[in-house]
Amino acid sequence: MSIKIGHKPYAERIQDGLNNAFMRKAVSSAQGRFRSGRLKAAEELGDWEDWRTLGEEIRSHTMENLDYYLHQLSEQVEKRGGTVFFAETAKEANEYIQEIAKKKQAKKVVKSKSMVTEEIGLNEALEKSGCEVVESDLGEWILQLDEDPPSHIVTPALHKNKEQIRETFMKKKGYTGSDDPVELAAFAREQLRQDFLEADIGVTGCNFAVAESGAITLVTNEGNARMVTSLPDTQISVMGMERIVPTWEDLEVVVSLLTRAAVGQKLTSYITALTGTRLEDEVDGPEDFHLVIVDNGRSKILGTEFQSALHCIRCAACINACPVYRHVGGHSYGSIYPGPIGAVLTPLLDGYDDHKDLPYASTLCAACTEACPVKIPLHEHLIRHREIIVEREKMTTKAEKMMMMGFAKWASTPAAYKLSTKMARTTLKPWTKEEYIEKGPGPMKGWTEQRDFPAPARERFRDWYQKREQRSDQ
Amino acid sequence: MKVSLFITCLCDTFTPDVGKDTVELLERFGCEVDFPVGQTCCGQPAYNSGYKSESIQAMKQMIKAFEQAEYVVGPSGSCVHMLKEYPKVLAGEPEWAERARKLSDKTFELTQFLVDVLKVEDVGATFTGTATYHPSCHMTRLLGVKDAPRILLENVKGLNLIDLPMKEDCCGFGGTFAVKNSHISGQMVQEKAEHIEETHADYLIGGDMGCVMNMGGRLRRNGQEVKFLHIAQVLNTQ
Repeated sequence: MSIKIGHKPYAERIQDGLNNAFMRKAVSSAQGRFRSGRLKAAEELGDWEDWRTLGEEIRSHTMENLDYYLHQLSEQVEKRGGTVFFAETAKEANEYIQEIAKKKQAKKVVKSKSMVTEEIGLNEALEKSGCEVVESDLGEWILQLDEDPPSHIVTPALHKNKEQIRETFMKKKGYTGSDDPVELAAFAREQLRQDFLEADIGVTGCNFAVAESGAITLVTNEGNARMVTSLPDTQISVMGMERIVPTWEDLEVVVSLLTRAAVGQKLTSYITALTGTRLEDEVDGPEDFHLVIVDNGRSKILGTEFQSALHCIRCAACINACPVYRHVGGHSYGSIYPGPIGAVLTPLLDGYDDHKDLPYASTLCAACTEACPVKIPLHEHLIRHREIIVEREKMTTKAEKMMMMGFAKWASTPAAYKLSTKMARTTLKPWTKEEYIEKGPGPMKGWTEQRDFPAPARERFRDWYQKREQRSDQ
Repeated sequence: MKVSLFITCLCDTFTPDVGKDTVELLERFGCEVDFPVGQTCCGQPAYNSGYKSESIQAMKQMIKAFEQAEYVVGPSGSCVHMLKEYPKVLAGEPEWAERARKLSDKTFELTQFLVDVLKVEDVGATFTGTATYHPSCHMTRLLGVKDAPRILLENVKGLNLIDLPMKEDCCGFGGTFAVKNSHISGQMVQEKAEHIEETHADYLIGGDMGCVMNMGGRLRRNGQEVKFLHIAQVLNTQ
């Protein structure tokens, strides 16, 4: 996989999403749970706004000094027996990991959940070099069996129900049980146990790397990341270059924000911190540890007006708050990063060509900005993207450009504004019935497809006001 | 106190009653209201669509139109917020940015002005009926006006106010979004219409005409018999 998923054009993807009644119901109820969980957890913590400010400060300080902290992190990792590889591109990251797999003569790789490995298409790369790759996060495992991309960055199989999951297990794994979630999960656990034992390499993502100690922290609820990191002899962690905090103290703040904003938990069931390779007097941990730090377009965002997009801690609070996401679902975005943060990040990492519609898939209601635990001004970033699409990329239609130039002239020339608003009622008369337009012409069509449009008033406000002034002058 | 009315292009053209009610309401509390005729549109349709240079032309016209005003008050959280963004948008032109800052500092949304500046919490209105209020996104999240409309409505005699389920959710208007992504917008406003239905209210009240037109248009399309009003129309009843 890569950032882009599927080949359908935007309009078709949206229609598919809107037509998928089951998915919409599942997303809507999940959003409801996540939202109330987030609000409750925030309230419990008290002074949530202060925590957000602190989170923002930590992320912003880290990005401002990213070179320093990356250097510190790599020194610390190497001091503790690990190897650090900086990959500028997805290809470089994959080739490095393929090379390790080759050296280890690895046949099986188990993975814990990682969005950055989805981004770089690591699974396909490893499969190409002859490895069997097994996702061990339950949601990711279901999707892997079903060859379906994630639709959410925290709960990737949000769009599936238990009946669908049962069917997948039956078809792909010979499951014969019921659709009881407990039974389904027990089956997955049993299946995966064998994979953990057989795996030659464990691959994880990285929620945050702690620069001062070289620790890689993983935040999970299933415990699978612990199996991935304790059984295979070789461990590879892959991280986006921005997933770093300076100190343990900072980690405490961002993890508190992450778990509360993501799922409304004080803490997740497992928070794992791994520091280097197995030492002589230790009983577990990998013999060989590699940290792959992926740029893949991130450094180009540094120093731009979009820098705060790199502050993202991947909690999905913006996705859970987004009313557009609720109706269209994750796959409609055509990116492994959906929702508001996806609409901001995807064009930055993967260009505008395939993703120019994403910044417009928002009403700019700012529910995302309000929900973000590190205060990324998401809706403002969407406006910046639109400006770039219009002014730099020149990707909008000529008709729209003409209309907006007309708007500028109209709104900056009071005489034109006055004349057109005076004429509006007469102009729209042919389409007006009982003071409403039910089927409008031209650009009004989109509006009237969905709702009625009121006819312009018989007398504008300014006419009424003028008459009133004249009356009072007499 | 001298107040210049910022009518907004929507209210000017489609719902002049909202303007009349705003004027009368402000006058009732001792304001001397004038209407600068050079005002047009705040520029938001272009700005939010990415046409920054086009929107700036509208902004400059608005800055000129309100230059002499002591206070500028408008019956829309969204359009008022746009005015408040002018200094940021015009940051590249220091002289205009300064003029924009002056406009921004003296501009208020109607309910915000009543409660925060005029210190009025009970306008003395009587409105008999059951209503639900939709707090618009730009008014609450961007302009930060969360309490004023509720305070004013709670003090209206005879008004039975019912909480709108999932009221924080956007109604699906989003300016050009309603046209450009009309299918998504339609589903969003449908969900809102269903929540309005759940309240069994006779009236839907809003503080932003764009949102009210969107929700009202869908209610009408659905054949729902809920009447929709701008908050100024409720506050100016006696």
